[in-house]
Amino acid sequence: MPRNIMDEIRDEIDANKVLVYMKGTPSFPMCGFSATTVEVLRQTGYPFAHVNILEDQDKREAIKAFSNWPTIPQVYVAGKFVGGCDIIQELHASGELQTLLKSAFAEAESATAKA
Amino acid sequence: MSTTEIEALIREGLPDATVRVVDQVGDGNHFQAVVVSPQFAGRQLVERHQLVYRSLKGAMADRIHALSIKAYTPEEWARQ
Repeated sequence: MPRNIMDEIRDEIDANKVLVYMKGTPSFPMCGFSATTVEVLRQTGYPFAHVNILEDQDKREAIKAFSNWPTIPQVYVAGKFVGGCDIIQELHASGELQTLLKSAFAEAESATAKA
Repeated sequence: MSTTEIEALIREGLPDATVRVVDQVGDGNHFQAVVVSPQFAGRQLVERHQLVYRSLKGAMADRIHALSIKAYTPEEWARQ
């Protein structure tokens, strides 16, 4: 069966409260924008998963089409595209990122509590 | 690409915008664009940046290595 990258991406995003598509890894970012984005996410104190697109050239192109966004890194919270490095920094500075993450994780907890 | 070329593309895509592009480190590779447009009102940051990217018509894919975007409405810009 041919690979359906769009479905793979959708599944990854749905499986992780916070997911960052980046160049390199959080320990070894391979681009300044990815490094900055990871640093901002770390400062929020919330956990996040990552996908290193340098290990997957097909996904590197597919993720740009998926979000209609031409650059990497890309951050997804609770299944929704939030932005790249500039936006993450702006949302962090205004406090909106913290609010967004707080509500994303609060929903996860209440869903678990109900189940 | 030069700052003037990038400015021209953004102005073409967003004719009502005030645009200023600077070469952040003087290497012709790392640019910052400040774009002020009434079209941004009521739009989230993602949508605003998508409007700017769209005006660049694919130049982000190869001709521009790095572009940082600041997108404001005229009211927000006045408060900056």
